[in-house]
Amino acid sequence: MFIELLRRELLIAWRRPGESGVPVIFFLVTVMLFPLGLSRSPELLRPMAPGIIWVVAFLAGMLGMQGLFRADYEDGTLEQLLLTPRPLTLVVLAKASGHWLVTGLPVVVGAGLVAGMLYVPSSGIVVMMLGLLLGTPILTLLATLVAALTLTLRQAAVLAPVLILPLAVPVLIFGAHSASSSTPGEINTQAFSALGAMLILAVSLLPPAAALALRISHEN
Amino acid sequence: MFTWLHKLGSPPLLYRVAGRSTPWFKWTAFLLLALGLVGGLILAPPDYQQGDGFRIIYVHVPSAILSLAVFVLMAVAGAIGLIWRLRMAHAVAVAAAPLGAAFTFITLITGSLWGKPMWGTYWAWGPRLTSELVLLFLYFGYIAVINAFPNQRSGDRAGAIFAIIAAVDIPIIHYSVYWWTSLHQGASLSFTNSSISPAMLWPLLVMIVAFTLYFCWLLSIRLRTEILRRERRASWVRTLTITGAKNAKLA
Repeated sequence: MFIELLRRELLIAWRRPGESGVPVIFFLVTVMLFPLGLSRSPELLRPMAPGIIWVVAFLAGMLGMQGLFRADYEDGTLEQLLLTPRPLTLVVLAKASGHWLVTGLPVVVGAGLVAGMLYVPSSGIVVMMLGLLLGTPILTLLATLVAALTLTLRQAAVLAPVLILPLAVPVLIFGAHSASSSTPGEINTQAFSALGAMLILAVSLLPPAAALALRISHEN
Repeated sequence: MFTWLHKLGSPPLLYRVAGRSTPWFKWTAFLLLALGLVGGLILAPPDYQQGDGFRIIYVHVPSAILSLAVFVLMAVAGAIGLIWRLRMAHAVAVAAAPLGAAFTFITLITGSLWGKPMWGTYWAWGPRLTSELVLLFLYFGYIAVINAFPNQRSGDRAGAIFAIIAAVDIPIIHYSVYWWTSLHQGASLSFTNSSISPAMLWPLLVMIVAFTLYFCWLLSIRLRTEILRRERRASWVRTLTITGAKNAKLA
């Protein structure tokens, strides 16, 4: 069931590249604006790169989240999924995983590309990508919850970021500083441990909450 | 064990209980506020470093405690409402939210007014200030969610989920902000841990209790309005409006 749902998500994304590719393109374009707006000096850009990349990765995550349940809700698939005897939590987890593979993973890869353009040394790029690999799934799970909560609302596009961003503050802090506080010789393990702990907490807590939120939205 | 809870789940009964407790909360709150203000503003000696400036803690600290406590109350009420399907628990959470947001706002304002003469700046990215600011945004998020749903029941339950997740998140936010500031600043911008003298302490404790009672007073007024708004089509509200609020209060 989980695998089948995941396959379906990936297949839909594959057949609609114009839709699923938007977040990563947004990410690349927005990161490009920072050197244009700030300065092109490596001394300025290098320390700011982790912060820029993490903040823009956050915003890219906001951009794609409306698509999580919207299409399924509109064509009635969601109703069928709500009726399946399998736990809804599993369905939500499958959709979130698919969404992360389609929108989160390309951003992680894209971050490796633009980090080099922001003069981050190659060892720093690996550390930053590891942090993003732990942090972006948390963001996707938070987005899943909020997308489920705001599914039927007209003002969802405005409301959702207002709900997610304060909740996601710890991810940003540990994420951005996992990269900026690590030196080539020494990785800041504290930040990585915290990111990992938050990921475990998010995986165990957010899918059931999002499943309940889906039922509430559906009754609305 | 939960019979009292279920009884309070009845809107007319909760309306009456809130109505009866309102004057008690009101007068005890005002008495203790007067006592705490006299104690804090007149009787307590000025601080040897901060002079009279420290006296803002008699407003600042109680507001800060309540800003957090009210969010916990909302999450607990939301959980009760989700688990036992008590509609009135949601009414309590909805009625409390703007009060909690107001306490958070007061905490930030008094903190920055104190910060200007003491630190030389209205705003510093200290751990407590930052978490309090995030808390304010969480309050705004909660209020936005409950108002976004056209259907009251869905809005209540969606708000409850958000409040619970946010309440779990608040300690994480606080810890992460602490970690972040300890990373960047050598000296922490917090109160020294030196114990506060009894002459300064007792008005603070009185003020904390007074603020809590003041919150309970406002909450019971808001709760009554919220119940009336929700139950506007119920027969008991109609009889209430016909016979007049004054008689019904005694009934």
